[in-house]
Amino acid sequence: MYPSLTRFPAELLADFEGLQRHFEQVFGARGPSSIRAAGRGAFPAINMGVTADAVEIFAFAPGLDASRVDVSVDKGLLTIAGERPATLPPESDKVSVYANDRFAGAFRRVVSLPEDVDAGRVEASYRDGVLKIVVPKRESSKPRRIEIKD
Amino acid sequence: MDMKQSGLEQEAGHEYNATPLVPAVDIVEDGEAIIVIADLPGVTRENLAIGVDGDTLTVEGKVALGESGALQRVYAEIRVPHYKRSFVLGRDLDTANISASLQQGVLTLRVPKREQAKPRRIEVKAL
Repeated sequence: MYPSLTRFPAELLADFEGLQRHFEQVFGARGPSSIRAAGRGAFPAINMGVTADAVEIFAFAPGLDASRVDVSVDKGLLTIAGERPATLPPESDKVSVYANDRFAGAFRRVVSLPEDVDAGRVEASYRDGVLKIVVPKRESSKPRRIEIKD
Repeated sequence: MDMKQSGLEQEAGHEYNATPLVPAVDIVEDGEAIIVIADLPGVTRENLAIGVDGDTLTVEGKVALGESGALQRVYAEIRVPHYKRSFVLGRDLDTANISASLQQGVLTLRVPKREQAKPRRIEVKAL
């Protein structure tokens, strides 16, 4: 049951997504979510994790020009903004477009960081279409071993 | 394609075996070929498999992020580190000469048309 390359049933998929949204509305999604959580299909998708001394954020943003992505951290909020150019050639009598699901245009995503971080030492790298941002925690919020005196 | 336990999979074993993500694609046809562009962020060339079985073209990739070992996940929108999508190719396409390139997580596949399937102008002879 694969969609044919030239007769792609896009409307079927769209119907299914609509149905899924409806289910989530009626039965509720997975509990309360972050107030800044974006809906299904937001660009770029974001994963976030913490280590002992940093917060690591992965943004799944393929096909960007790394020099034109804005990453900023302010008051515990991380903002990723940029633009992904459209790659599709304009449709003409020689060119037909069968699917156009890939995101194109300007994007901006904001996530709140889970810990007190040092916004002055943010590092960002871009590899294989994933933007990795490492924000070190403040000394005061790092786990410490407390000596017990006798 | 060996996948070590990464932060993406750490939560529960069933997520590892969960249905793969369906990558977003653009599909365009011109006179010479069909071009498929797929978003596969986090997939390296080594973790990408493109196969043709009969007339089915399958693209499959595993996500490797290189996170720190002790990473504890707090929020995730990509929960399955695995993409897969298949397409049925028509007989007019030349499956032996598919070319592919992967750049910054964007895969571009070019499936050329067979010679006889390329558009031709048909002469109308005057008798």
